[in-house]
Amino acid sequence: MPKRYLYIWFRYLSTDRLTKINADLQGQPFLLYAPERGRMVVRAASRTLEKEGIAPGMVVADVRAILPSVEVFQAEPEAEEKLLHDLAEWCFRYSPTVAIDPPDGLMLDISGCPHLWGGEQPYLQSITNRLNKGGYTIRAAIADTIGAARAMARYGNRAIIAPGKQDEALLSLPPVALRLDAPSLQRLDKLGFRQIGQLSSIPRTNLRRRFGDALLFRLGQALGTERELLKPIQATPVYLERLPCMEPIRTAKGIEIALERLLEMLCERFFREGKGMRTGIFKGYRLDGETVQISIGTNRASRNAAHLFKLFELKIPELEPALGIELFTLEATLVEEVSETQEALWSIGSNNQTVIAELLDNIAGKVGARSIHRYLPQEHHWPERSTKETNSLEEQPETEWHTDRPRPLHLLPRPEAIQVMVPLPDYPPLNFRYQGEIIRIARADGPERIEQEWWLQNGPPRDYYQVEDEDGARYWIFRLGLYGNGKPQWFLHGFFV
Amino acid sequence: MKELAGKKDIIKQLREKILSMEGFSAGANSRQLEFGLGPMNAAFPGGTFPVGATHEFVSPTEASAAAANGFLSGLISALMKKGGICLWVSVGRKLFPPALKFFGIEPHRVIFIDVKWRKDALWVMEQALKCDALVAVVGEVREVSFAESRRLQLAVESSRVTGFLHRQQPRSENTLACVSRWKIRPLSSRSSDGLPGVGFPRVEVELAKIRNGRPGIWQFEWRNESFRPVPAQRPAALAPQTTRKEQNYA
Repeated sequence: MPKRYLYIWFRYLSTDRLTKINADLQGQPFLLYAPERGRMVVRAASRTLEKEGIAPGMVVADVRAILPSVEVFQAEPEAEEKLLHDLAEWCFRYSPTVAIDPPDGLMLDISGCPHLWGGEQPYLQSITNRLNKGGYTIRAAIADTIGAARAMARYGNRAIIAPGKQDEALLSLPPVALRLDAPSLQRLDKLGFRQIGQLSSIPRTNLRRRFGDALLFRLGQALGTERELLKPIQATPVYLERLPCMEPIRTAKGIEIALERLLEMLCERFFREGKGMRTGIFKGYRLDGETVQISIGTNRASRNAAHLFKLFELKIPELEPALGIELFTLEATLVEEVSETQEALWSIGSNNQTVIAELLDNIAGKVGARSIHRYLPQEHHWPERSTKETNSLEEQPETEWHTDRPRPLHLLPRPEAIQVMVPLPDYPPLNFRYQGEIIRIARADGPERIEQEWWLQNGPPRDYYQVEDEDGARYWIFRLGLYGNGKPQWFLHGFFV
Repeated sequence: MKELAGKKDIIKQLREKILSMEGFSAGANSRQLEFGLGPMNAAFPGGTFPVGATHEFVSPTEASAAAANGFLSGLISALMKKGGICLWVSVGRKLFPPALKFFGIEPHRVIFIDVKWRKDALWVMEQALKCDALVAVVGEVREVSFAESRRLQLAVESSRVTGFLHRQQPRSENTLACVSRWKIRPLSSRSSDGLPGVGFPRVEVELAKIRNGRPGIWQFEWRNESFRPVPAQRPAALAPQTTRKEQNYA
């Protein structure tokens, strides 16, 4: 079966994107710039601006001099790339094979598709109309080869090249349509080649000697003598299940049944594909046109329907059925692989680990995920920095927990200032006053000096003492600073056992 | 006389039956863990620290709260010897995770749940106690009502997880459904050979209530990763307390 390709060129992709976001820009002169070698260079200009002769590559300052009213925006290449990808996904409705030609083109393998729209002409018309309606200016062309379709879309004026007719169609196009590198193009220009047709009269050996294989290869691709493959994009699978209801649902019980059924369907699919849900949204479409939804998150990818149901169940009262819900959907917005054999890092077995992860999910659902903490050691002497938090259940410490220095079991979140009576220069205090009480010190150890970590913050060092009062209570106190060098302050920082 | 002996036998049998129904029997307690409590074991029903139950710790001061957490960390470290995870639920936590290592617990094997409200803490604790994959659950809550403690105890009885309810500066010491009530106070440490400085942590453990056991007071020192009983230093002061009428709380 002969191949047919469609090439879509988004003529003003980046400016159309901005116009769609900000409707006020419609018809206004504005441009997108990016810094380049210390100057602000125009990357894209709006249609109005292009009529004034402003083209990409000019310096923004020059444009401002010509047209003071111009609005400028920074270019966002990532956003444009994503938009192009989204557009490519949208094109799946026209062909299963869609590839991206950055920065602003799409290539579709349409072999065997157009007849569904009644031929190539209505097919092309449909795409153009829909994209135009969506706010994009496009130029599209259909041909036997990708090269020819691209050349025609970007530089030609015919939309459809009949099968096998690409040779004559390309004759009048400039060589730049052939996707050549800049040096070759310059050389062609220098030698007076203004049209592709001029090349056909030159023997191939001469062309190869002067311009290398690339020119012949590109020419061959455009004419159909060289093969060209598309790298189609993969559609991101959507984990979405729908459940329409015969009668509008108004009761909590009804919602629960709907949720159970949806979860069953989704989890079955997860089992088939070895995946699990990390976040999910359960939506209800109400009779009055409103949408209500609840969402959950799990600590580990889960495909246990009963567990997921429990997580959702806590939030079902938040759903307002009002007149009734007629359609339920359940979508897994974040899906991850479920590793079948979890390592028994906790020496409790993977089954128990799953049970604990599910317990934590329940807790996170009720009191919030931010209330769950797990700590790992961190190589810092400063007590407040000696631990780091981890979000994962599996992460194991890379370093040892140190026990070579005494550390209190209770540490105050903020050291509390105390008044002390202390022999100078660096003896432990004789007594200190804390919360209005005088505490006499019977025994003391120290000092343990902990210097500020200069690469993180500056300040005086802390001298820690472990002290015990007459009743046996043990405290961790420190002096911030040194006597004879400013005015040191004393703090209580913790309680020992 | 014969009748009396028969009655005694019956009562003894009934007692054993009740104990086994309450989960205290030696048979059910097959995994004998070494808590290093030494002379204190005689106070417990079955002669060993009751696991799979909830214990209440009452701390009137901040210093005793630290001591209580230290003591129960020592108990948990014995429970966690074979691996496993412990959950530490608290309202206004002061515990410094790295210090758990001093009491034989790997701090990364403890999951901390810090909540704002007492009710949330109790809810989390109850859920956790129902989960038999955990080894122990600690709850630091100030006030607990009898009904709430009953829920915790019921959860424990089916899952056999050991629960510790640590109440710091509670307004009242109301009766709870926990099997025991502990009060831990710090004691002056003794450094060896009369050297100056602070010695090993030493605590006075008061078992104020124990179901089917004998309450009393003991002293322990935490040394080389285990409890060491300390011979009574003040026999005169201790004598009247230990000889007071032993109470049984069933």
